[in-house]
Amino acid sequence: MSEFQSVCSVNDLIPDAGVNALVNGQQVAVFYIDGKVYAIGNYDPVGKANVMSRGMTGNIGDALVVAAPLYKEHYNLATGVCIENDALSVPVYEAKIENDVVFVKV
Amino acid sequence: MSKQKIVVIGNGMVGHNFIEKLVASEGNQNFEVHTFCEEPRVAYDRVYLSSYFSGKTAEDLSLVTPGFYEENNIKIYMNDKAVDIDLKAKTVASEAGIIIGYDKLVMATGSYPFVPPIKGNDRPGCLVYRTIEDLEKIQAEADKGKVGVVVGGGLLGLEAAKALSDLGLETHVVEFAPRLMPVQLDDGGAALLKRKIENLGVRVHCSKATTIISEGETCQNKMVFADGETLETDIVLFSAGIRPRDDLAEKVGLTLGPRGGILIDNQCQTSDPDVFAIGECALHDGITYGLVAPGYAMAQVVVDQLNNKTATFEGADMSTKLKLMGVDVGSIGDPHGNDEDALSYVYENGPEEIYKKIVVTPDGKKLLGAVLVGDAEDFSNLLQIMLNDMDLPEHPDALILPNRDGGGGDLFGPDALPESAQLCSCYDVSKGDIISAVESGCCTMADIKASTQAGTGCGGCIQLVNNVLNSELEKRGVEVNTDLCEHFAHTRQELYHICQVEEIKDFATLISKHGKGHGCDICKQTTGNIFSSLWNAYALEKDQIPLQDTNDGYLGNMQKDGTYSVIPRVPGGEITPEKLIVLGEVAKKYKLYTKVNGGQRIVLFGAQINDLPAIWKTLVEAGFESGQAYAKALRTVKSCVGSTWCRFGLDDSVTMAIEVENRYKGLRSPHKMKMGVSGCTRECAEAQAKDIGLISTENGWNLYVCGNGGMKPRHADLFATDLTKEEVFKYVDRLLMFYIKTADRLQRTATWLENLEGGLAYLQDVVINDSLNIAEELESQLQTLREGYACDWKRVVDNPEYAKRFRSFVNVDSPAEQLFVEERGQLRPATEDEKLKGIAVEVKELV
Repeated sequence: MSEFQSVCSVNDLIPDAGVNALVNGQQVAVFYIDGKVYAIGNYDPVGKANVMSRGMTGNIGDALVVAAPLYKEHYNLATGVCIENDALSVPVYEAKIENDVVFVKV
Repeated sequence: MSKQKIVVIGNGMVGHNFIEKLVASEGNQNFEVHTFCEEPRVAYDRVYLSSYFSGKTAEDLSLVTPGFYEENNIKIYMNDKAVDIDLKAKTVASEAGIIIGYDKLVMATGSYPFVPPIKGNDRPGCLVYRTIEDLEKIQAEADKGKVGVVVGGGLLGLEAAKALSDLGLETHVVEFAPRLMPVQLDDGGAALLKRKIENLGVRVHCSKATTIISEGETCQNKMVFADGETLETDIVLFSAGIRPRDDLAEKVGLTLGPRGGILIDNQCQTSDPDVFAIGECALHDGITYGLVAPGYAMAQVVVDQLNNKTATFEGADMSTKLKLMGVDVGSIGDPHGNDEDALSYVYENGPEEIYKKIVVTPDGKKLLGAVLVGDAEDFSNLLQIMLNDMDLPEHPDALILPNRDGGGGDLFGPDALPESAQLCSCYDVSKGDIISAVESGCCTMADIKASTQAGTGCGGCIQLVNNVLNSELEKRGVEVNTDLCEHFAHTRQELYHICQVEEIKDFATLISKHGKGHGCDICKQTTGNIFSSLWNAYALEKDQIPLQDTNDGYLGNMQKDGTYSVIPRVPGGEITPEKLIVLGEVAKKYKLYTKVNGGQRIVLFGAQINDLPAIWKTLVEAGFESGQAYAKALRTVKSCVGSTWCRFGLDDSVTMAIEVENRYKGLRSPHKMKMGVSGCTRECAEAQAKDIGLISTENGWNLYVCGNGGMKPRHADLFATDLTKEEVFKYVDRLLMFYIKTADRLQRTATWLENLEGGLAYLQDVVINDSLNIAEELESQLQTLREGYACDWKRVVDNPEYAKRFRSFVNVDSPAEQLFVEERGQLRPATEDEKLKGIAVEVKELV
């Protein structure tokens, strides 16, 4: 079983934007929205490049999403599923903030 | 089946329009078309002839797309006039001796200007106004003289007066009738028009009959009037009406009307069933039409019949709307109330110089006519009411009274119109045609224009067509939603205005006051762009970072593999060897793929995100600035080498390009902008394919605007001619700010202009004549933005806080894995296949 690993301080995050973290050799895109953190795989399955952390965040209906920066598909931050094409998805990782430290479980 | 041979005599507006329509018709491949053009150039726009003197060239006025005749295998005999027709043998003979047979003959010989039989009407300086050759003669005379008189105060006469006044002459209009435009206007409307035109410096003399033109004392000519008064003038320009050119028809025995004109029936057939006549040479039901729209309608009728369809011409409405010397004038139906029981309503607004009158039936139910001067906005509405015989509201005056409290609105919305209603008279497009276009998938005004041509003529119908389009889309459940996205029920223009007025500088404030939810990539990008355009907001400030698309946010264009391109600004494309060496050294050190791009700039590709600050530190220290190739902003100003080196250059295009680039660099706009400066009309910089283009002439700079290369090329429009550098900057400052203020999200200047109500003329009015009284504000806004310019990358180099954003990982200092392959001595991204086969190079080893 994998464990939560500390990644960075909350101060390293920018509200409503993402950063890229290297956890267990995996690139993880971490987003900080309304005081909560969301972690998904940094690999864009359509653009085939490690860029998800550089996407813009927002909501579509009830879903919090990030727009892939290359071709602008939207992925649900909670489920990893692509809004435009539900056959596509990115991995979702558990993430939390404790004492101003960001943890991700990969 | 052998082809049907069609011969067209006359290559004026209507003759050409007929051929265009024939070529576009379904039976096109069944016809072999020949046409005679006695003028030295193919069909051109006579309606806007006076614009020849305000900067348009003969080419600008041309109605023929270059290559049109060749591509469609149409034989055109230039500079050759048809002089004889053998109706029995069915042949046409020309002045040059060509004889060709026809199956069907179309006469589109047009008209000639009527010169009143006044003694001395053939004196030097006595001219007419009809062809480009006439204009050249007028110009030559104007160069010698200082006073010009137009004889005739009708529609064409006033156009001609504009031409004389544009040439800088002291201009007079002499009208025989007691008022201007006696056919179209009533006394009240004409009086206001006279006042407005006189305010523009043109002297109007009504109720004047010229008796003789003789040698003048202070000028070349002297006109003597029946009342004994005289007027000294260099030019006498006759514009007293037109007469059909029916001499050839008469010679070969076709039936003419009692006062001339080739007699035609409802099929546009002459007395010989194989000969048609269309346009101003034809006489239909006792009327010769001096307007272009009925001519186009006749052309359509003949084209339909040649395609074996039934079609009839049943007369045309003579209503007109136009801008005469900047004054809006509209005339509908019978504006005089010739039916003596007719009733009228008049609205006259002295201070604002507006006159409106409607004439209605005695029972007040139907509209018979209208006159509009100073404000012709109601024209389309009123015209549709009359043409479609629609019932008037209980109080017909509501149609012309100002709607100040905003209530009421359109009394007759687009839904009230029947499908047969003609919306665009230039191209005869009905409401039904718009509906079919919507049914076949047109969703925007641009689609409609491309598919039906509606609105591409005079442009007067655009608003109405747009209303019909929106209403039809709504009916089909296509929500005509101008909302930016689900978070804002506003357009970009509205958000810009809101942010400006309320001085909003961050997204949280904006969305809490005017939107809902978290926002999305659409509204955030738009807002970030607006903040930059309004306040020079910097992309790497904490509250601006989430509003940036990846290119804007990382100050580079993201490539397909997630790396970025590095494009330093090289103003005007001029670069020193020293700087070129620095670029080479940086490229070598970071193993960047190097290429010259389409905008004459050197691009270094493949920079990894964590290397960007160091790369730019070297570049900034060598004196480079960010080229902003990632931003919705000025990209490059392309230039030729100009008069400094080129044997043909008229002006120093490189210096101009550098100044333009430095003036507008960093200015954030709704979309990217490209500019070009050419040192002569050879146009090596392709300035006419740019948002802003400058071409040097002997007398200064010609300014072209709203061009576009790319996916949908658009030739830029000539905006103003012979400008000084100061004038160029003044106009471009205003135009760009007006674009920033009013364009839609991600709308290039080309589409912006296409959708701008009133089009180029309106834009010229706003920018050159300051018709909205905002020029000063636009200029000062632009100046503030210019003063606040700072290089995006220098700020990163100077501030480690900003540089933090460019780490590959938030938790590790190493770069991310990135795979490349070598090709032609440089690195390029590895393909998926190459990655699988393991032939890609891993993370670059830095030299």
